[in-house]
Amino acid sequence: MKGWIFLSILSLTLLGACGESEQVVVYKQGKYQGKPDAQAWANTPLSAEWRGGTWKAGDRASWEESIKNRQLAQHEHKRIYQ
Amino acid sequence: MARMKFLCDAERCIECNGCVTACKNENEVPWGVNRRRVVTINDGVVGAEKSISVACMHCSDAPCMAVCPVDCFYRTDDGVVLHDKDLCIGCGYCFYACPFGAPQFPQAGAFGLRGKMDKCTFCAGGPEVDRSATEFQKYGRNRLSEGKLPACAEMCSTKALLGGDGDVIADIYRERVLRRGRGSEVWGWGTAYGPGNPGGKPPAMPQQQPTGAKS
Repeated sequence: MKGWIFLSILSLTLLGACGESEQVVVYKQGKYQGKPDAQAWANTPLSAEWRGGTWKAGDRASWEESIKNRQLAQHEHKRIYQ
Repeated sequence: MARMKFLCDAERCIECNGCVTACKNENEVPWGVNRRRVVTINDGVVGAEKSISVACMHCSDAPCMAVCPVDCFYRTDDGVVLHDKDLCIGCGYCFYACPFGAPQFPQAGAFGLRGKMDKCTFCAGGPEVDRSATEFQKYGRNRLSEGKLPACAEMCSTKALLGGDGDVIADIYRERVLRRGRGSEVWGWGTAYGPGNPGGKPPAMPQQQPTGAKS
């Protein structure tokens, strides 16, 4: 009986050596722990008329269109030839 | 979806430091902290001197975000990398991780005590009520919420510094380079994000013989 127990433990130990454990540590990306931030397009546009045009509060597409127009104002060729 | 980036045209930058001043003024950045600075190579060598304006590049895979032990960094839907100063412990890991030297630390008391990290926010404020006094005090002006672009890019007199959606400013820059026929070798989309073709190299810089030093 003791021999069988010894043999089974020995075989399990030897089989354990065949296993392949991960050699490279895989780090898990942390998750932001701070306060939530509002989106830029959630705000109402200021009353003054801006280069990019106005947008509707909460409407992301219109804000992006407005900011894109503003970005294109950096293109002096287009700005001059308009 | 916009992916906000800066791009500095080294052929146009005249090292006027207008962007640095604009940033300081717009965000009322404290003494000892420079969110933006102008770096010049070959200073004084005629024909070989180049300057670029450097700040936080709002990396798509930001190392500062990866190393922060308290996870105070986040990325907005526009691709702007921001952080929560209430959570920051001022350890300085982000400073060592950042290849651009963007994180800055104000002196917060005696014995050189380091304060909470401060960096360029792409004029997008931080995790406080937008356009509030608290947000301005902690992070500076939130120009994006006002439908404006960063003050540094908009104030640039030669339009060397472009700010905005990566695709839009890359198009502006590409057209500019095509018109003048040179200038993407030193700094530009190809240099920053790879030449495009696997194994390809950026175009060679024309040989310029330095004629002498400026006075």
